[in-house]
Amino acid sequence: MLTLSDLWFILIGVLFVGFFFLEGFDFGVGMQSQLLARTESERRVMINSIGPFWDANEVWLLTGAGAMFAAFPHWYATLFSGFYVPFVLALLGLILRGVAFEFRGKAQSLGWKRTWDAAILTGSFLPPFLLAVVFACFIRGLPIDADMEMHASLLGDIVNGYTVLAGIAVVLLCNVHGLLFTALRVTGELQERARRRARLLLLPTGVALAGLVAATAFETDIFDVRGPLLYALCAVGAAALALAWRLAGAGRDGWAFGMTGLTLAAMVSSVFVGLFPRVMVSSLDAAYSMTVAGSASGAYSLKVMTIVALTLLPFVLGYQAWSYFIFHKRLHAKDHLEY
Amino acid sequence: MDVVELSRLQFASTTIFHFFFVPVSIGLALLLAIMETLYVRRGDETYKRMAQFWGKLFLINFAIGVVTGILQEFQFGMNWSDYSRFVGDVFGAPLAVEALLAFFLESTFIGIWIFGWDKVSKKIHLLSIWMVALGTTMSAFWILTANSFMQHPVGFAITNGRAEMNDFWALVTNGQALVEFPHTVFGAFATGAFLVLGISAWKLLRRQDTDFFLRSFKIAALVAVSSSILVAFAGHWQAQYLVHTQPMKMAAAEGLWGESGDPAAWTVVASIDPENKVSKHELQIPYLLSFLSYSRFSGEVKGMNELQAEYEQQYGPGDYIPPVRTTFWSFRIMVAAGMAMIFIGLYASWLIWRQKLAGMGRWFLRLCFAGLLLPPIANTAGWCMTEFGRQPWTVFGLMTTADSVSPGVTAGEVLFSLIVFNGIYAALAAVLVYLFVKVIQKGPYASAEEEADSGPLPPRRPGKEAPHAHA
Repeated sequence: MLTLSDLWFILIGVLFVGFFFLEGFDFGVGMQSQLLARTESERRVMINSIGPFWDANEVWLLTGAGAMFAAFPHWYATLFSGFYVPFVLALLGLILRGVAFEFRGKAQSLGWKRTWDAAILTGSFLPPFLLAVVFACFIRGLPIDADMEMHASLLGDIVNGYTVLAGIAVVLLCNVHGLLFTALRVTGELQERARRRARLLLLPTGVALAGLVAATAFETDIFDVRGPLLYALCAVGAAALALAWRLAGAGRDGWAFGMTGLTLAAMVSSVFVGLFPRVMVSSLDAAYSMTVAGSASGAYSLKVMTIVALTLLPFVLGYQAWSYFIFHKRLHAKDHLEY
Repeated sequence: MDVVELSRLQFASTTIFHFFFVPVSIGLALLLAIMETLYVRRGDETYKRMAQFWGKLFLINFAIGVVTGILQEFQFGMNWSDYSRFVGDVFGAPLAVEALLAFFLESTFIGIWIFGWDKVSKKIHLLSIWMVALGTTMSAFWILTANSFMQHPVGFAITNGRAEMNDFWALVTNGQALVEFPHTVFGAFATGAFLVLGISAWKLLRRQDTDFFLRSFKIAALVAVSSSILVAFAGHWQAQYLVHTQPMKMAAAEGLWGESGDPAAWTVVASIDPENKVSKHELQIPYLLSFLSYSRFSGEVKGMNELQAEYEQQYGPGDYIPPVRTTFWSFRIMVAAGMAMIFIGLYASWLIWRQKLAGMGRWFLRLCFAGLLLPPIANTAGWCMTEFGRQPWTVFGLMTTADSVSPGVTAGEVLFSLIVFNGIYAALAAVLVYLFVKVIQKGPYASAEEEADSGPLPPRRPGKEAPHAHA
């Protein structure tokens, strides 16, 4: 029987899937605007290709955090206070990146551009890397005590080989996802180069993801807990990644982009599937692992929130999709560029 | 400093900083919407230029407002985890609704507005700025609903040691929210209006693009006068509500230790001595405190000593008196700034009414330019009064600030984040001022070089020279 707190766990999972799918490509474009573009004009075209979208994409993260606060106050409290320093750094990245998009084009000096370029690169790298580390910690286990307080050491509990591998895999995947988005949104030589780079990066991405899956089997219990469903998700992720490689080779940028998005979605879903019915695994004692039921708000609050969310979500999805439709045409260097 | 003090300092500094930008976003969004509506209805290109020129400032400001807002969403959990555990059930809901209802709306439509000038029809473009204005204002409503719960908790029951929501309707119709929301939002409209007024005055002083800036001045003046008068009325309702729900804050705001007597006089200035619990050298206006508190010229207001005794009875031993000096003076600074805003707004409206705007005195233009600082001063002072005045509580009567802090976060970690955030915020403030000056100096008819080589420009008004069209 699906309880309201289960439903909210799923909803938060959906919000994070949406976040990684959407902000994943604009993180990738942010990084690749610094790594792929060869001229100022190419760089601007890339930044402008995510211009109308990145802010709304980021709201998926804010809504995820807000939903966590409302539906699972204990999860929200333990998570954000427990990962204090990583969140300071992730916030630093998000702050820098957001203003950099807006400010970069507002002055012409080389020093000015270089400063904001550095901000875009760091700001697009830190958040996906650190969020991947955090999600990997969820399933690997954290020193959470009986009072749901987490006292994790930054080096060891939070940053370790396994979580860093997760961070690298997600960052690589975001880069490929962003490159395919670029291939989808631009024309000419830049499009060709984005496609080639995407295919090139798909190989190390695949290796990192395969390594991550293998490490997950050793470092966590999630395959023991939810084996069949997770094998299926891994298969979906692997197939999608292979298809992305072939589709990008065939010039089907849209489909290829969808496939890397599907891989990201499969990854995030695996974490939530593997966690359930827990929200964070305790490494001290299985009994201290925080659960969906034990972290949730009261029934009344969840009921109100369910009604509000189910009423609003269709509209949100509708107008956000519409905004993607408005800006579906490919960008050219000679277009009027805002950023 | 211990972890509680450091966490308070971080929350105060980051929130005050965030709230320099939020009211500008709310207020300017409304003004942009008005300007673009005039453009669409009258077809006059000047209004389009207006929306675009003030829009540039809006976007620079909006970007900082957005990114500093992300921290707000996270830092309840980061620094105040015990608070989050205790109230998340009630307090988290308006935050989640804010994200779902307001953040998505404003972020999606701001994208359409920025990038859609030649992609969507005029009407859709106009709709998008109204949606941004609606989003920013709704965002204010939901976050103020959350804040109102901290001032005057309603719609909940304590279950298993946590506050659990039992009446959502009571939460959103909290009397506190119903007075706090109009007060804050009219203050925000005034902030945007005084910014446009002040910058227009500066350009008029330099006799640059006078037609454009006189017209901007006029629109801003009308919004400024109406919103600064309305903010005062809303403030009056809020004060009356305060006397009932948080009498201690009111008493502290008055520096009132003993009884006020009936009728109660309003203290204009005083020398507050919290050590000896006395206020000296008081300059008072008779009857006014009774009027502020009850809208009539009689009625007593309780003093801090009596309330302290009452609270000790009710909540146990402890110090329930907030920082009196800060509460007292922030109230007066807010009121003084608000009065000055009303004066500027009324005088500007009088000039419009008598059609004397074109010949207005340079002293008034200078005053208007300086006046753009008044709303941020009033906003900050008002929030200092509200939040300092609630101490020692985070949720009035339910949870103290000292009990709210994250038990697992160390003072060193908070010091680290305090330095990181304040450092980056100081840099952002400097960049904002630099970019504002740059955009304002270029003026509305200057074409940026990157625009010049990357696409057709909107048609320039015939006969208008662009005196500073340079790169």
